[in-house]
Amino acid sequence: MLRSSQPLTGPNRKRCREDEMLLGTLLDEGERGFIIDTRSAQAAKQARMTGGGTEPKSSYPQWRRLHRPLERGRPLQESFIKLVEACNDTSINMDRWLSRLESCRWLSHVKAALSTACLAAQCLDREEAKVLVHGAEGTDTTLLVTALAQVILDPSCRTLTGFQGLLEREWIEGGHPFHLRCARSAYSHARLKQEAPLFLLFLDCVWQLSRQFPFSLEFSERLLLTLFDNAYASAYGTFLCNNEKERRVGCLCKVKENTHSLWAWLNQPGEKKKYLNPLYSHNALVIWPSVEPQSIQLWQGLFFRWIRSSQYLDEAWAEIQRLVEGN
Amino acid sequence: FHALFMLQVENVKLLDRYTNRKAANGTLYLTATHLIYVEASAEIRKETWILHHHIATVEKLPLTTAGYPLLIHCKNFHVAHFVIGQERDSQEVYTSLLKLSQPVKPEELYAFSYNPKMSKENREIGWKLIDLKVDYQRLGIPNDYWEITDVNKDYEVILAQKIVVPRAASKTVVLGSSKFRSRGRIPVLSYLYKENNAAICRCSQPLSGFSARCLEDEQMLQAIREANPGSPFMYVVDTRPKLNAMANRAAGKGYENEDNYENIRFKFIGIENIHVMRNSLQKLLEVCEMKSPSMSDFLTGLENSGWLRHIKAVMDAGVFLAKAVKDEKASVLVHCSDGWDRTAQVCSLASLLLDPFYRTFKGFMILIEKEWVAMGHKFSHRCGHLDGDPKEVSPVFTQFIECVWQLLQQFPCAFEFNERFLLEIHDHVYSCQFGNFLGTCHKEREDLKICEKTHSLWPFLLQKKQEFRNPLYRGFTAYKELQPNTLPFSFQFWCGMYNRFDKGMHPKQRVLDHLLSCMSQKLKLEDNASELENKLPFLDGALPAEACSFSKVGRAASKTPMLNTPQDYEGEPPAALSNGASAPDTDGMDRDHPENLSPHRGLHNLNDVLDAEAKDLKPRHH
Repeated sequence: MLRSSQPLTGPNRKRCREDEMLLGTLLDEGERGFIIDTRSAQAAKQARMTGGGTEPKSSYPQWRRLHRPLERGRPLQESFIKLVEACNDTSINMDRWLSRLESCRWLSHVKAALSTACLAAQCLDREEAKVLVHGAEGTDTTLLVTALAQVILDPSCRTLTGFQGLLEREWIEGGHPFHLRCARSAYSHARLKQEAPLFLLFLDCVWQLSRQFPFSLEFSERLLLTLFDNAYASAYGTFLCNNEKERRVGCLCKVKENTHSLWAWLNQPGEKKKYLNPLYSHNALVIWPSVEPQSIQLWQGLFFRWIRSSQYLDEAWAEIQRLVEGN
Repeated sequence: FHALFMLQVENVKLLDRYTNRKAANGTLYLTATHLIYVEASAEIRKETWILHHHIATVEKLPLTTAGYPLLIHCKNFHVAHFVIGQERDSQEVYTSLLKLSQPVKPEELYAFSYNPKMSKENREIGWKLIDLKVDYQRLGIPNDYWEITDVNKDYEVILAQKIVVPRAASKTVVLGSSKFRSRGRIPVLSYLYKENNAAICRCSQPLSGFSARCLEDEQMLQAIREANPGSPFMYVVDTRPKLNAMANRAAGKGYENEDNYENIRFKFIGIENIHVMRNSLQKLLEVCEMKSPSMSDFLTGLENSGWLRHIKAVMDAGVFLAKAVKDEKASVLVHCSDGWDRTAQVCSLASLLLDPFYRTFKGFMILIEKEWVAMGHKFSHRCGHLDGDPKEVSPVFTQFIECVWQLLQQFPCAFEFNERFLLEIHDHVYSCQFGNFLGTCHKEREDLKICEKTHSLWPFLLQKKQEFRNPLYRGFTAYKELQPNTLPFSFQFWCGMYNRFDKGMHPKQRVLDHLLSCMSQKLKLEDNASELENKLPFLDGALPAEACSFSKVGRAASKTPMLNTPQDYEGEPPAALSNGASAPDTDGMDRDHPENLSPHRGLHNLNDVLDAEAKDLKPRHH
């Protein structure tokens, strides 16, 4: 599975021999590959006007392009804001609640993200074909898809350390602009142009997987909540800045020298056990989630975290822990 | 097995929402009680059982290239889509199912032919398992304020034989009140909260019209109020929407006027009527049946059905009652129109919220027998047991069961039983395999000789208790009253009920089964350990090899890693991608065959079951 940003085809259908060769060498004679473009066909076409575009079939004959539009940017942030507003409205009645849940479209985005990640995973696992994933910049929906696909496909990404490695690789080093995207969250009136909850969407999708495959992730919901918190505000330097360049060179602070790593703290034996899933049992197979609406739930542990007590669920987890440990 | 077939049809396909394209061929059998579909290939044999009584509708769909389709909708929300190769076969199955699924007389119901190998004594013991008097005793009744009476034996009241009324209410008062209540359903006690003497009582609507009064009825309410000296007032709760209650006045019925009844606080809690609920469920099921809906379609459909709104209304009412009794220490008298639908829901829910006993196996059975069966909920009409008036059918009991399930979600450690228990009870309310829910009232059940001719559901369930246990139950004393959050977001869509048979939709790994097996493994290990300990004094030297071969209970019980297949992630997959080849379910994921209400399961000696049950169900003290 590969990822990139969009080809700079532009309005004049520019070609680039090197790019074509690069993608060409990946495939054997007669082998087929898939390009999953996370923009709609129309949006991808329009991107040409501003210098971007898509890979034309004639220049990349062995690659089949599939469009799976995923929401990003302002609309995704609006979706998040509307959802949080609905969750916090305690005077709401049932019909209004369902109506707002539907119109904010957050769960639709979760479904779309899972479906696209599963598509990428299917290409690899079922078709045994290579996949290239890109959107526009390659820093948002692209990373969402590639990271999620790996959780689905690869059992080692479902371990605590493997998952951390995945985050480092696909999100942090992959250049997701955390500083811009995770600025003020859902309550700010600032409406920053670059803010968008892609990382939260990823964590939500991972939570959906943990619900459908409760034995297959080594880490618990608590880890996901901690990651969410730290992406926005953290005592650690892991999620600072927007890319590796800024962390090393650009940023005045020189992250690696002057901050502590979140992973180092999480992995201490005393801390670590808080983030483990007591039901974990290594599952060597691919985990294919159901993306039917009935199978996707609102992540109550996150969205109602401060609204409703988790006492009874915590007691349930304590019981599960007790049972599984055979006390 | 073979001798019992009425009909056998080859070349039948069973389609589901996932395997449209290459469904395998199988054989359809009809017996006197079930439809059985068998799909046998080289690797697997899969049986699908549908009880005829569970069939709500059978439709013939338009002819397709694959054959003649029949669509069966069941009362437990199973939807079976068969495609039959030959038209004549299809027609024959269709007409047979229509007849088999709509019995006319009660004697045609399964309960009267169901015959597990069981002695007459055991069957009788089974019927005596649930004794309501025991519950009244537990509540401290009879006491200074309340007495058990069979005073209603004299008039043709649909109430149970034995009812609980205030001691202070004389026979005149009771008689007079019964003339002023719809169908003579006088106020009787449903639950007594011993801690403060507040009571939950239930009745039907008064025949007050616009201005009628009845001294005895007013005295009856006064007696109820005074049976709780700790509170100066009592609530009267009408569970209908105000508009409906007012409309009833034009028909000479209605609701209590606060001016006429001393020290009552009257309140409407609008729960819609049986017709609204029937339509709501219909719409919900249409949503559940949608093939590959978008998230929007689903949520909009869910909203439009109104189903969760109604569930919330029932729950809100139960919560109100519980709060009034516990926090305000006030007694509550509840009614709707006839007092056998919404009233039953709300009173049983309130009892469950207040009293941990009803969250145990035994307690829950008693609750259902008390608030639903004894108090005359018309199961036969509401569940459409016989070919009757479709307007009487309504998912009243289903809603109650769902409210209990919603509570299971919010309080995972508070109930002795699990979701499967609820589903099984729900199945059997419709299955008519047992006599508990037949008929519409006590008198009819006596006439049909239910206790002599049929079996009780409860021993059957208790025998399978291990499947129905909640492994997270923290015991009787862990939680006292339950105070659920009733904000809209707290109500979840119950996939396990309304999309129960769409296996692909449910979590692929079942925590419940794993935890249950942890529990039983732990018990086995403890037994083994004590057995070995007993051997120790007699051994000379090294312990036998067995002692070392225990696996730790902590190790996850899943033996084979679980194979699952991707669903169709596209509406319209590109030609290049074929749908994943469906692999058979390798491990026992399909543990429960919900369709399988087979009569072939033998029953163990009932006495053993009852002994074990008596030991088990003593309240666990931590």
